[in-house]
Amino acid sequence: MQEGRVLPARQINRDLLGSILYSPRWFWGAVAVLGLIVMGGFAAAGLMINQGMGVTGLNRPVMWGFFIVNFVFWIGISHAGVMLSAILRLSKAEWRRPATRAAEVLTVFSLMTAMLMPLIHTGRPWRLVYWIYTIPFIPYDFARGIWPNIRSPLVWDPSAVYTYLTSSILFVLVALIPDLAVLRDRTTGLPHKIYTVLAMGWQGNPRQWKLQIIAGVLLSALILPVFVSVHSIVSWDFGMAIAVKPWHSTIFAPYFVVGAVHSGVSAVAFVMIILRWIYGWQDYIRHEHIDALGRLLIVVATGWFYFFVMEVIFGFYGREADEIAFRDFQINQPPWNLWFIFFVGLTYFLPVAMWLASSWRRNLWLMSIACISVNIGMWLERFLIIIPALAEKQLFTFTWYTYAPSAVEITIVAATFALVSMLMLLFARVLPLIPLYDVKEGDILKTEIQIGRRTVPATFRED
Amino acid sequence: MADQRFDHKWGMVVDLDRCTGCQACVVACQSENNIPINTKDLFLQRRAYEWIRVERYWEGEFPNVKARFIPIMCQHCENAPCEPVCPVYATYHNDEGLNVQVYNRCVGTRYCANNCPYQVRFFNYWEPVWPERMRNHLNSDVTVRSRGIMEKCSFCIQRIRRAELKVEQQERAVLDYPTMKKRNFLPACVSACPTNALTFADQSDTTGPVNRYFKALDDHEGGESAPRAYRLIEEVGTKPNVIYLKKVDKYPLKNGGGHG
Repeated sequence: MQEGRVLPARQINRDLLGSILYSPRWFWGAVAVLGLIVMGGFAAAGLMINQGMGVTGLNRPVMWGFFIVNFVFWIGISHAGVMLSAILRLSKAEWRRPATRAAEVLTVFSLMTAMLMPLIHTGRPWRLVYWIYTIPFIPYDFARGIWPNIRSPLVWDPSAVYTYLTSSILFVLVALIPDLAVLRDRTTGLPHKIYTVLAMGWQGNPRQWKLQIIAGVLLSALILPVFVSVHSIVSWDFGMAIAVKPWHSTIFAPYFVVGAVHSGVSAVAFVMIILRWIYGWQDYIRHEHIDALGRLLIVVATGWFYFFVMEVIFGFYGREADEIAFRDFQINQPPWNLWFIFFVGLTYFLPVAMWLASSWRRNLWLMSIACISVNIGMWLERFLIIIPALAEKQLFTFTWYTYAPSAVEITIVAATFALVSMLMLLFARVLPLIPLYDVKEGDILKTEIQIGRRTVPATFRED
Repeated sequence: MADQRFDHKWGMVVDLDRCTGCQACVVACQSENNIPINTKDLFLQRRAYEWIRVERYWEGEFPNVKARFIPIMCQHCENAPCEPVCPVYATYHNDEGLNVQVYNRCVGTRYCANNCPYQVRFFNYWEPVWPERMRNHLNSDVTVRSRGIMEKCSFCIQRIRRAELKVEQQERAVLDYPTMKKRNFLPACVSACPTNALTFADQSDTTGPVNRYFKALDDHEGGESAPRAYRLIEEVGTKPNVIYLKKVDKYPLKNGGGHG
């Protein structure tokens, strides 16, 4: 039996559409502040494109830096959406209901932000059309015989990410249709017209519901392979690099996928706590949801920890001089050793310790701290995989160097966080971040029904 | 008269016993290939361009000390790790065994440089500038690269092309090692090397100095006829087209030396 009251449908509409129909006083202030940071990031990117990659801290051994770290991080965050909505939908976990939309939207926005990173980090972004479809309707330059190199992981990677982005957008849109119809019926003027078009003639009749549910389940099932493949392929950007010994590892694909789910689900839990706080959705995002996410996260975090330990142990077990030298560099040498301790503690030991006790999981402050700690830790994880491996790539000490990010890189990384937050806020302004119909459906299923002589929650249904 | 094709596979042999670390090859390469001027800033940012560089390692403790030199340039690997990772085919292997870089195609993902075990790929972080008075010094046979692209040693492909055009196509003669040496068609570093530490020729050219080393290593005879020959970072499986000859240490350090 779930906690929480069964609310009348009218109140659900009023509560959850409140952020759309009435804009809170702080809203534009928050958007303006975030927008300024985003503008700063765009200015920094503009400076970089104008002056050249020299304005970054990249150098000869370390050719990939903060941008690629940030790219992998945001791709990781994007794994929350499918984890929460597709997997939990297919496994019929009831507590997923209020979390699904926020997770899917976070997926879409973090994927968009992530793809900005490799695009601006190239030396000549204006030639990107040789590489990927950056501009819609401008295809590869086949007429001049200019083909992408399909052996390159950098061709697989955008293909996977863009497939994931497309299917995530479809996923969000299909789930949005019934709520768009509710909005259509409650607005006037221009918004009404826009919502009318977007709702695509939704009437709420049984046939439409049936189609919507079929589409949702189908998309959930179809998106799962994409979900697994995206971060696997992102990890192959590193795993396929034979010359960088610490990257050249077969464990990377599952290691990255589990890590992505770890950081993504933590991010969603944090976003839900924030939403609960700023919009007062105590009746919808309840302690039981955060509690359930915490329990899920213990499993995910421990799965991630397994791969992490395996990666280190394989290095020592193989007794390959290069591998041991790299681990020594990563784990023993300053400043990396300090970051390494932070990374392991923040990613696993601190948050999992917080998630073990039920009362701690239900404490929103502790939960926020744990989720932020996971994400800082996972950012550091990518940093510690990418940078030390490049800094001392091979045995010739002559070319060894280190890496320090420049102000431009730090600004752009900060701007990506502001960008995702701003997009989430703007989304909450125009579309409901908690699916209305899903919550109502959950309420109906929550009521008890008679099956024979037993009284059970309606969750036990026949389909 | 159709152009007749001549098969070549170029190779270089670096004799470390002859290398004195004089850096003449570095200077020759710099001026031949329109390499931007390495300012102090570029060195401090670790973004200096050295298509060929002389790495120096110290052996032993002062005063019982020795300097070791090893010139490293693009190894033109048969299994080049940089080639498959380029998403736009900006780097590929041509039919003469050279790893070539197409500046026009490069978008600057820098993946190739990450994947190069020899660290011989150079990214143009800044737009290269030359002082006005240097304008006429630029080699007109070599592209001036813009910023945002990757560049590296080409085995002076402009000289090889000129040799093939002049000798093979126009004069219908055989392009053997003596011709290349006499008419200055060897790469700039090779022709500048005062001690002949660097040698360059077609690998199958029996008149050339490199043939016996490539034969010794590639025929799997255990290198008996060339005991000093080895390839750099061979264990990655890159199969470089550059062979190094080990230094002969006549007077080893008294205490066995230390680490470099």
